[in-house]
Amino acid sequence: MPINYYIFLAVALFCVGVAGVLTRRNAIIIFMCIELMLNAVNLLLVAFSKMHHHALGASVPTAGIDGQLFVFFIMVVAAAEVSVGLAVIVMMYRNTHSIDVNFLNRLKH
Amino acid sequence: MTQLVWLVPVLPLVGFLINGLFRKSLPKSLVGIIGSGTVLISFILSVVIFGDVRHEGFQPTVVDLWDFISVDKLHISLAFQVDQLSALFLLIITGVGFLIHLYSTSYMHEEEGPHYARFFSYLNLFVFSMLVLVLGANFLILFIGWEGVGLCSYLLIGYWFKNLDYGYAARKAFIMNRIGDVGFLIAIFMMIAKFGSVDFAEVFGKAGSVSTGVITAITLLLFVGATGKSAQIPLYTWLPDAMAGPTPVSALIHAATMVTAGIYMIARSHVLYDLAPVTMNVVAVIGAATAFLAATIALKQNDIKKVLAYSTVSQLGYMFLGLGVGAYDGAVFHVMTHAFFKALLFLGAGSVIHAMGGEQDMRKMGGLKKWMPATHITFLIACLAISGIPPFSGFFSKDEILAAAYGKNPIYYVVGVFTAFLTAFYMFRLYATTFLGGFRGTHEQEHHLHESPAAITIPLWVLAILAAVAGFLGIPAVFAPNAHWLGAYLSPVLGENAHGIELEKGTEGMLMVVSVVLAVIGVVAAWARFAKKPELGEPTGFGKFLANKWYVDELYNAVVVRPLDLLAQFLTFFDKHIIDGIVNGVGRLVQYGSRQLRLLQSGLVGGYVLLMVIGILVLFLVELFTKH
Amino acid sequence: MGITQVLFWFLSIMAILAAILVVISKNPVHSVLWLIVVFVAISGHYILLDAQFLAIVNLIVYAGAIMVLFLFVFMLMNLNAETEPQKNRWLKIAGVVTGGALLLVLVAALKKADLKAQIAEMNKGDIGLIHNLGVTLFHDYVVPFEISSVLFLSAMVGVVVIGRNEREQKDMWPHGNNYGA
Repeated sequence: MPINYYIFLAVALFCVGVAGVLTRRNAIIIFMCIELMLNAVNLLLVAFSKMHHHALGASVPTAGIDGQLFVFFIMVVAAAEVSVGLAVIVMMYRNTHSIDVNFLNRLKH
Repeated sequence: MTQLVWLVPVLPLVGFLINGLFRKSLPKSLVGIIGSGTVLISFILSVVIFGDVRHEGFQPTVVDLWDFISVDKLHISLAFQVDQLSALFLLIITGVGFLIHLYSTSYMHEEEGPHYARFFSYLNLFVFSMLVLVLGANFLILFIGWEGVGLCSYLLIGYWFKNLDYGYAARKAFIMNRIGDVGFLIAIFMMIAKFGSVDFAEVFGKAGSVSTGVITAITLLLFVGATGKSAQIPLYTWLPDAMAGPTPVSALIHAATMVTAGIYMIARSHVLYDLAPVTMNVVAVIGAATAFLAATIALKQNDIKKVLAYSTVSQLGYMFLGLGVGAYDGAVFHVMTHAFFKALLFLGAGSVIHAMGGEQDMRKMGGLKKWMPATHITFLIACLAISGIPPFSGFFSKDEILAAAYGKNPIYYVVGVFTAFLTAFYMFRLYATTFLGGFRGTHEQEHHLHESPAAITIPLWVLAILAAVAGFLGIPAVFAPNAHWLGAYLSPVLGENAHGIELEKGTEGMLMVVSVVLAVIGVVAAWARFAKKPELGEPTGFGKFLANKWYVDELYNAVVVRPLDLLAQFLTFFDKHIIDGIVNGVGRLVQYGSRQLRLLQSGLVGGYVLLMVIGILVLFLVELFTKH
Repeated sequence: MGITQVLFWFLSIMAILAAILVVISKNPVHSVLWLIVVFVAISGHYILLDAQFLAIVNLIVYAGAIMVLFLFVFMLMNLNAETEPQKNRWLKIAGVVTGGALLLVLVAALKKADLKAQIAEMNKGDIGLIHNLGVTLFHDYVVPFEISSVLFLSAMVGVVVIGRNEREQKDMWPHGNNYGA
């Protein structure tokens, strides 16, 4: 499969995620959109990994393997991020009884 | 001894420093001793130096102390010049200065301690500056002294600074002097440009090598400086106002010494003036006009010090007339005699004011002869001297100038001799109103009338003797040939023909008779007119015009001060509304802009993200459309 | 068009549609479910690309653990109803337009790039196998691997600190603290 199909797919998913972040006010939905964007990037990384393997695999057997390892690390970071992020959201809900990000406008002051 | 000449100015400087720095702790008696003592020692040193100078074969000496300014080829050193002219001025300044210091110890005795010390420190600083002025061996040192005396004059006129009018008078004197100083400074700059030096010897040596136009410009600019300092038309109006200062100050600064600085300076640079006939005419015309104008104004003044002030302006006019017609030694002679009799007049007036408890209006005096015999006699001598009655000193010096003026142009003589007549008249109007007739003050004042103490009368007597006999230093050739001691003494400095144009003996004698007769008429007329029935009412008609000083102050106000004031107001408006408007406008614009920009800082996370994405978009677009 | 291509197109369309549904669902629980669908589709892509290990991890960690965590939070807060208030329409439109513009720009940029010759290998190769990944991970990437464990630890501590409620905080100082009073 030519690489641009994967690129277009990943970009499309990423942009849907961006549009979601921009339009929704529910903090958890925004969070989910961020996960969506991360996954789009993951998909792209795997596709590039296979592309490199296709190009260089004959001479270097492990070519492209680090792309897949980066995906692994991204998942690690995403897991940590989700745990902290959800804790923050729970905390916020406890204080404001809402998870609307527009309640969090104290950055102004 | 000549090498130690720097001690002469340094001693009053030391007095100034001691009195000025410790004015709060020194007792008044010590302040007086320090103030007068330093000047007395300077006087003694001056006498010794004068003795050296009079020796046969004395050569003018320049005492070079140190390099003052050294820039490229221009070297100006702090140097003092000792010659016949500066030695004579040293004597006058320190001598008269000491007498006035002595007088002040009594006159100013009612002042509080610190102010008393302040007065003496200013006086000492003045003496120091004046000595620097006459001793300087180049125009720059002269100028330093010139500025110093201007400053002291300002400080002393405004001595009673709590009175606003006195403060204004001080300011007026300072500004008027400053106008003249600008001319002086430009003249110095021109000398540096043309001669590459400001040393007297070098400048005078090279004077012949430059064009007459340059010399005329330099001399005219120097003369502008002299009109400011020596109160000539058009810058004379500060001197009458300067009478706001204490009377000893008026005597020392505004009569005897400082105001003669202009005459000294021109006599010193006579080499330049001889080369500029145009300037000489200007000096003569201005001098004659000032003498006449001031004399007419003095006719109608009622403040005893104002009369004397205008008479000073008038006498200074005489001196400039003398300079203008080439009679340098006549002018210097008149400086000397004038220093004696005018200091005496002012000190006598001070004695009267002292006795009257601060009253200066002559209309409230009268008959003081009875209470103040010493003051009366000395004052009468001074009046006779200034009126030109022989054998008092004023007769000799004034007639020398008048004779030279006749030689140059009879019109000068006519103006001069008429002014002499006016002088005799107003001086005896002053004398008669003050000392003759009956007392017109309050009963309380009459009760307090008394002769002044010895510290006041001793200087009066000394000055009276000097005013009476100083004229014999310059006996005209009419009476005895080669008896003009002063002319012979000054000839090494002022040149052999410093007399101006010599007249035939017959002519000179006739002129003398004319002026003496006119002076006597003036004296008699004034005596007859004012002894019994002084004029007490408000002047009318032409008299009012004179009493208001020809409305010169009003004219200056309308022509110079008002327009400048309006300009300043306009500039203030411009500054407040246009300049500040621009500055504040920029500030307000930034404030407005930031208030609008602040709306972007909504605190809403969504908005921030949106802007961030738009920013990324823009970056992408830029990348896309600029790379290829 | 072989089975691989068919599967590619099918999974791609499924991923994009599900993603759009994530964004536009009113009910947050539906969003979570649609997101799981997206992850499943992406895992399918991984299998097509012979990244079997990542496909399984993606399913277990993302679609399983993380999304369950999301659901759990929704349930906990009782937010499964449509609680989101009506938002500024213009801001919504602006968000969509901006996202679309970003897509356009990226596509336009990629159109210019000459990538036709590059092929992403499918149904072939063994770099995605757990054995090969493990060898590389514990040889070349052992330090980042260990550091990530520290990251987890700190995340855990952070969550505990943030999530503790204030009543408990007071109980930590039973005798009261000197700062508040």
